[in-house]
Amino acid sequence: MNFKLKDIGPQLLTVIAVVLVFGFFTYNAQVNMENRGIDFGYGFLSQESSFDVQFSLIEYDGSHSYFRAYLVGLLNTILVSVIGIFIATILGVIVGIARLSPNYLINKFAAFYVEFFRNIPLLLQIFFWYFAALRALPLPQDAEAMFGIAFLTIKGLYVPAFIWQNFNIFFYSIVAAIIAIIVIRYQAKKLQETEGRQTPVLLISIGLILILPLISFLIGGVRLSFEVPVLKQLATTSFIYEGGVSLPPELIALALSLSLYTATFIAECVRAGIQGIGKGQKEAAASIGLTPNQVLKLVVMPQALRIIIPPTTNQYLNLTKNSSLAAAIAYPDLVLVFAGTALMQTGKAIEIVSITMFTYLSLSIVISLFMNWYNNKIAIQEK
Amino acid sequence: MFKYLKQLTSLVAMVAVLFTFTTETMAAKKSKTLKNTQKKGFVRCGVSQGLPGFSNADAAGNWTGIDVDVCRAVAAAVLGDANKVKFTPLSAKERFTALTSGEIDILSRNTTWTLSRDADIGLTFVGVNFYDGQGFMVRKSSGITSTSQFKDGISACTNIGTTTELNMRDFFNSKGIKYEPVAFEKADEVVAAYDAGRCDTYTTDKSGLAAQRTKMSNPDEHIVLPETVSKEPLGPVVRQGDSVWEDIVRWSLNTMIEAEEYGITSANADMMKTSDNPAIKRLVGAEGEMGAAFGLDNEWNLRIIKQVGNYGESYKRNIADTGILPDRGPNELWTKGGILYVPPSR
Repeated sequence: MNFKLKDIGPQLLTVIAVVLVFGFFTYNAQVNMENRGIDFGYGFLSQESSFDVQFSLIEYDGSHSYFRAYLVGLLNTILVSVIGIFIATILGVIVGIARLSPNYLINKFAAFYVEFFRNIPLLLQIFFWYFAALRALPLPQDAEAMFGIAFLTIKGLYVPAFIWQNFNIFFYSIVAAIIAIIVIRYQAKKLQETEGRQTPVLLISIGLILILPLISFLIGGVRLSFEVPVLKQLATTSFIYEGGVSLPPELIALALSLSLYTATFIAECVRAGIQGIGKGQKEAAASIGLTPNQVLKLVVMPQALRIIIPPTTNQYLNLTKNSSLAAAIAYPDLVLVFAGTALMQTGKAIEIVSITMFTYLSLSIVISLFMNWYNNKIAIQEK
Repeated sequence: MFKYLKQLTSLVAMVAVLFTFTTETMAAKKSKTLKNTQKKGFVRCGVSQGLPGFSNADAAGNWTGIDVDVCRAVAAAVLGDANKVKFTPLSAKERFTALTSGEIDILSRNTTWTLSRDADIGLTFVGVNFYDGQGFMVRKSSGITSTSQFKDGISACTNIGTTTELNMRDFFNSKGIKYEPVAFEKADEVVAAYDAGRCDTYTTDKSGLAAQRTKMSNPDEHIVLPETVSKEPLGPVVRQGDSVWEDIVRWSLNTMIEAEEYGITSANADMMKTSDNPAIKRLVGAEGEMGAAFGLDNEWNLRIIKQVGNYGESYKRNIADTGILPDRGPNELWTKGGILYVPPSR
């Protein structure tokens, strides 16, 4: 091969510039850390952390390692992001469609919601939900029971815990139902393509997902009981609920504010997607006798999704990154636990911040890889 | 190309050697931090984001507190004017990075002196300006009067990035009590959450509890429990590696404490120049060459006492008269039953 200088010259210069810049920062950090007697290394990750965390999905206390504390923070970040993405997507799609509704009230209400929530800084919204809304919640001893079993108090939401017997049989019954539904859908599609007959797939699916688990209860020996939280007195005016599952108010406030905020952007993506489909498409679909629901499901949405998915991916990434504002309201996410407490206790600023940055980068890349895969899947297949 | 490489290397090596040589000789004469401070014309001081009595800004942006006075003392000593200080409010989490990265030159922010902080992370503690201990605050209405009444399930609000978080675990573990730690980044948010009823108890250094109590919506509804669960010697911190600067900060603090011991105040400091006691004369720059070793003039300590006052004046002005902790407790001079004891200026 014969390279010409003008071809590789700019590339070579870029590589040299990148190496020099990184080299300078590394060298600078090294020299200054040495001057100040700071050691560099990741050995601290295996040391005992000796601090506790309020809320953890895995077993953790101060006798575990810093690495375990990192996992606790990471899982809490993932938890709040997943909850946030789930609620934001559902809410966003509903509001996005509502904004196109011919009903004046629904339309204007959706528009008001979008304009209101997307134009207030997220941190303020988090403070509002946590400090303002939290203050309005009752103390545990004054809380009214919701449906007689759950309690929303200033110290958190207490819900009954499920106590299963033979849970695995119940689980298998659901797996079996899902497999059956996939097979039936496949058959129904084939049936329509070859013979033009339609099968009520939705009805059959709902039936399956209800009946199979029900059978597991009747003859499979599956039993479900609830452990309802009970009030416990700690001191004259200090109470908590014991038993059941408690969701900390920090998680609720953060998930709520993240979803309400991000849903406004997703709603706009959805609206843009639907409006991006030519009017002629809908008219043509209607003229061959499709019902309005079928028009939306079979003609508009498959095309609109191609417009909706890429900007929505950005919103998912934003939500995940915005979850780092958790530190302001004591939700123990990655930033609070690892880049906060662990950084302070060890003083390993460069190491911990680099790990944290790399973690957020990886999370974002995983989300966008998944969304790109989904986008490719629904893209128009050239045949 | 390669034939120049050798020459280039030797040139770089020569420049490097020359550079090292010059910086070393200058550092021997004068502290780099001191030189920079005098060039800038102000002392860069890291303080808290608002802790009454220790470091707190009023509506006009004037900082007061005993931690603030340490920085003012250094400014009086090295720049001749106690007001030439630039204060940087820092959260507990940011404070050490700000100091090690060179953003500030003194960290005077109710910081506990511990082995790992002193040895590990490039810091040097210069002394203690407040002997403190961790305590607990509860609502009076709870009926709790002692930590022995704490029960499983208690929720405790505190700050992240502090020794408090570690002591809290030690304390509850040793008592075998299960607790829920709720840790915030900023002190104001801890107070707001505790005040709203999110937590049953609020734990931090006792001085901090006393100071934060004044910020509650109704201070009289809260009490600080009598037990002290840890030793928290609070003091100013400097970067490791500049021993002259370290000495200046240490002896600025020591001067304030020793001045109280000898009864030298901001009002009588000038008159003390003619005292019969040589120890007093040394403290007001009338005898000996007490500033030369730091690269300062001889009246550096007189300026501290005249402009900032002695430790007792600073304590009275910031902590006693503001009603935070009228009783000096261990922060009384050793001659009066406390544990404040500093090496002599001689």
